This record gives sequence, C-alpha cells and structure tokens, in this order.
Amino acid sequence: MAFLELKNVSKGFGEGAKRVSVLKDIDLCVEEGEFVVILGFSGTGKTTLISLIAGLLAADQGEILLKGKPIVEPGPDRGVIFQNYALLPWLTVYGNVALAVNYLFRDWPEEKRRQHIEKYIEMVHLTPATLKRPAELSGGMRQRVSVARTLAMNPEILLMDEPLSALDALTRGTLQGEIEKIWEENRKTVVLITNDIDEAILLADRIIPLKPEAEGASLGPAFDVRLPRPRDKDNFNHDAEYRRLRTEITRYFLELQSLRRVEQTAETIVLPELKPVSLAG
Amino acid sequence: MTEKIIGVMRIAGFNVFVPVIRLIQGENRDEQLKLLWRTIGIQGVTLGVFLGLWALIAPQIKTNLGQVPGPAQVWEQIQSLSLEYRMETKNRKAFAVTEKARVEQKRAENPGLEVKMRRYSGRPTFLDQIFTSLVTVFTGFLLASLVAIPLGVLCGLNRTLMSALNPLIQVFKPVSPVAWLPIVTMVVSAVYTVPQPWLEKAFIISAITVSLCAIWPSLINTALGVASIDKDYINVARVLKLKFSTKIFKIVLPAALPYIFTGLRISLGVGWMVLIAAELLSQNPGLGKFVWDEFQNGSSQSLARIMVAIFTIGLIGFILDRIMVTLHKWVSFGHGTAGA
Ligand SMILES: Nc1ncnc2c1ncn2[C@@H]1O[C@H](COP(=O)(O)OP(=O)(O)OP(=O)(O)O)[C@@H](O)[C@H]1O
Ligand SMILES: [Mg+2]
Repeated sequence: MAFLELKNVSKGFGEGAKRVSVLKDIDLCVEEGEFVVILGFSGTGKTTLISLIAGLLAADQGEILLKGKPIVEPGPDRGVIFQNYALLPWLTVYGNVALAVNYLFRDWPEEKRRQHIEKYIEMVHLTPATLKRPAELSGGMRQRVSVARTLAMNPEILLMDEPLSALDALTRGTLQGEIEKIWEENRKTVVLITNDIDEAILLADRIIPLKPEAEGASLGPAFDVRLPRPRDKDNFNHDAEYRRLRTEITRYFLELQSLRRVEQTAETIVLPELKPVSLAG
Repeated sequence: MTEKIIGVMRIAGFNVFVPVIRLIQGENRDEQLKLLWRTIGIQGVTLGVFLGLWALIAPQIKTNLGQVPGPAQVWEQIQSLSLEYRMETKNRKAFAVTEKARVEQKRAENPGLEVKMRRYSGRPTFLDQIFTSLVTVFTGFLLASLVAIPLGVLCGLNRTLMSALNPLIQVFKPVSPVAWLPIVTMVVSAVYTVPQPWLEKAFIISAITVSLCAIWPSLINTALGVASIDKDYINVARVLKLKFSTKIFKIVLPAALPYIFTGLRISLGVGWMVLIAAELLSQNPGLGKFVWDEFQNGSSQSLARIMVAIFTIGLIGFILDRIMVTLHKWVSFGHGTAGA
C-alpha cells in the first residue's frame, strides 16, 4: 500500500457555463520516505493539487488516501509550506514557530517545547533573527521561518508549494541545499511543487510533470532520478545522467507546449497552411 | 535616546514636535527651523487669522443675550470658571472637615448610634461636568464594544449571520441619538425601578444612548476586517486544526485588529458627539447639561461660557481621537508588507 495515493481525482472551480476544470483524472502514488517533485507551468493547477492533498480543498471526484485512509479535512500530519509563506505578521520568528508547537504539543512541559522551537529555528539558521517580525526579514529568511514552522509540527508528509520560486537564484541555491540536507536527516515523505527543472532534478527521487490540457491538467509519465545523494549542483553540468534527464524532461515539455499550441489554434481559427513544428526536434 | 522619543512622537501623531527636539539637540539648524516654520509656524498663522476674524465679526452680531462674545470674553470666562472651580474645591474641603468633626462628635456623644456622613451638595463645577461626560462616554463606548466586537467577529466568519443581520444594521445605523433618547428614557425608567445612589438613572440613559449609536461603526468594521483576513492565515489555522477559541484569539483577532481599531475610533468619535446631544436634551449631567444650563440661565456671560464648553468638547474629542489613532498605529505595527 502506498503512503499517499490519489485515485482519479478531479477538481474544477465555478458553476454552470463559467465552470473551469483545473485538474482531471489525477493518479499518483507516493511511497513512504520518497521525495516526489511535481513539475508544472505557471497556472496549471499546482497549488490546487497541493491544497487537495492538504485537505484544504475537497475533490469533486476521486479519492485521496493517506496511509489508506481518505483525507477529508486538513490536519497537522500534513505539513504545508505555502507558496507565499503564510507567516503571521504580528508574531516574531519565534512566535510563528511557537504558535504551531505550543498548540500541537500542549501536553509537553514548557521547557521541552521551548527547546523544540529553538532547535528548528537553529536548523534553518535563524537563531540571530529569533525576535524579528516577518516584515523585518528578507524573502529567503521568511521562507526559512515557514520551513521551520512546518518541520517543527513533525508532520508525516511535507507538502511544499513552490517554496523557492519567489527567491533570487543565489538564495534559491542555498535553500535547495538546505532542503536536501533536512530531508536526508529526517527522511520524511515529501511532495514538492516547482516550475524549475534543475531544482526538480536536484531534489527528486521521482519527477512527475503536470500536463496542462483544455479539460484540466493531469499527470504525465514519471522520470526517475537515480543520481547519487548528496547531489552537487556545481558538478551537474559534467554529469552524463543529469544531462540526459534534463534533455528528456525539457523535450517532453516542449512537445507538450507545441502540441498545445496546435490544439488551441485548431480550436479558435482554422489555418490550414500552418504545420505543427516541434521545437525540440 | 533622541530617536526613541521621536519614534514615540511619530506614533502618537505629534510630528509637529519632532523638529523642536532635533533643534534642541542642535541638529542641522537651518533645515529644522524651516521644518518648524512649515508646521508650527503655519498653524500659528492660521490660529491668528481665525482669532482675528472672530474678534472682528463676533461683536457685530447682537442677540437677546447681548453681543456674541469674542476671544477676549471667552478667555475671561475660562478664568472665571477656573476661579469657580478653585472656590468649590475649597468649600468642599471645608465641608469635609466640618462634617468629619460633626460625625466624630456625635459618635463620641452616642457610641451605639450609626452616624452617616452627609454628602456635599454643592453645584457641580465645570471640571465635574467634564469628568461625568468622560465617564459616561467611556461606559457607553465599552458597552458598545462588548457587543460590537464579538458580534462583528461572528458576522465576519459567517456569511449567513452577516446577511441575516445586515438589514437591521443598515436600518439602525443612520438613526440619530435624538430619536433613541425618548425610548431609552422610558425603557430605563420602567426597568430600573429601584435607583441606587451610586448608579444614577440619568447616567444609564446617557450611556445606553451613546452605545446605541456607537455600536455600528465598530460592528461593521470588525465584520469587514474579519471577513477580509488573508486566506493563508485561515489556512494556517486549518492545518493546525486550531480549536475555535484559539483560532479567534491567536489568528482572527490579531489579524483584524487594525480594522477593529478603525471602527473603535469612529465609534468613540460618534459616541462623544452623541453624548453631548443626549445630555443637552435629556438634562443628564455632563458638558451637554452645562451648555443647556447656561442657555437657560441667560446671563450676559452665558454665551461666552457656552463657547468655553464648545472648545472643551472639541479639544477632548481631539484628544480622544489622538489616543485611538495612537492605539491603532500601535496594533498595526508589523502588519502590512509581511503578509505576502
Ligand atoms: N478558488 C478558486 N476559484 C476559482 N478558480 C480558481 C481558484 N483557485 C484556482 N483557480 C484557478 O485554477 C487554476 C490553477 O490555479 P493554481 O493556483 O492551482 O495554479 P498554480 O499552478 O499554483 O499557479 P502558480 O504557478 O501561479 O502558483 C487557475 O487558472 C486559477 O484561476
Ligand atoms: Mg501556485
């Protein structure tokens, strides 16, 4: 039995004629301890997918099972790292982490909770900023607070929604390394969403593309990443396996895009002379 | 240190004094002087022009009670009121001493007997009236807030409740205090049949009238603030499975606090305005009654005294507003850019 299982899940928004189908027939199996990356273009329904797994949204059709049990509501066993951090601006770094810890582990002695909170702040290297509020932090620091808060909840599965996409390339690189390290230490099951191929290859055991289609996005064929860990981004360019994977995934997306363009053209205006050109070919 | 004082002043909205402090500290003199001119200087000129026009125009208008008073007459009355206050205080102290002596003597003569202190029955001074008005407005404001904030939170969280209450809110919101007053008076008289000496009926009537008018801005703003909380914050509460009370106190109230305080600020302003009108019409003690008494009194000084009351009312209203602005800025600290 898979740890997390999505069967035939569909989700749309709106009513009647205005209804848009966002996700269609999503099937996904994630094993315990696996790091799965979902790779998709902007606006294809990535956040919707994460929200479904988190239980923040209910599926229109299909089933989502965690350890065999259907997901009906959100809960602290699924730690979500939100796309825009979702830090509470009136609380300090410590306060944001403490809100989760003090509530979830309210039967622990106070001292133990304090140590737990400090441990996770330390883990994301924010100890010097413990008493700062989110407004006084940089984007990368805010992201790390969000990571610390979610890890401190001790969830069974981590759901990360484009955790690094709002950051500059340099900070992004550092945080990618940190995410990998934290995962190596805890071996939590992770579903991470991104639109960055290199990030996907660096972190994933398995990369699954989210394939946009008119009647809703669905998941494409998985790419297994068998690069040894810990992975070093700097040596990637010389790695044959890395280059093969990257080319393959890029080609997949480019073909997808050109197919889509043809589809869209066919739907709107008929231009008989136009030949589909595969950019990847 | 200097920067700390300046920070406090900025939060309190006293930007005007910032250049004064910098000047005292000897920071770039010319620039600070220019700044000073642009704030205090210009405000001083405005005040001067206002006083001048007032002094010029007022004497032209003749009323039954004589000329409309100019600044000089009003200043005279301020002094006379403060003199009255000092006299009253002296009388009161003297009364307390003699009364104490009387009671002690009685007790000495008649050990078993219960002897009561008599209360001083002099006329309330201007300062007493101010104090009464402030106590009344805060009581009414507190009553209103105690209803408005919880109800507003529930409305903000629950669309059904909001649409259920909305018609009532919309209809009652524009009702003037004058319309409420007779009903409140009758109801309070009917319900509060055994008046206690420490809780006067007039006080209850004024306070309730104030709350009936002050409740709406707080209610509407709280509901709006809660309804527009960033969805992410609510999602955090959902992921943590916070129980209802924790969700309210840890997420909803802090997130909506800036909105709530905007509402409270408007409410206090409305309450203060309403109170004066209510006191004036119902003859309940307070500044409004002072105005009415002076009007009835009809001496040559009455108009000037009423003007003193007007300035006092305005000044207190201004101070109350500043306090609320300061609180609002204080609770809004940290809100803003951090959300995204
Ligand atoms: N609550 C909603 N109501 C209506 N439509 C929605 C809602 N949430 C999402 N959508 C629509 O669903 C589609 C997918 O949205 P989603 O946020 O899942 O995309 P995304 O892949 O996360 O995008 P991004 O890369 O910008 O984060 C969008 O077209 C969006 O307009
Ligand atoms: Mg998204």
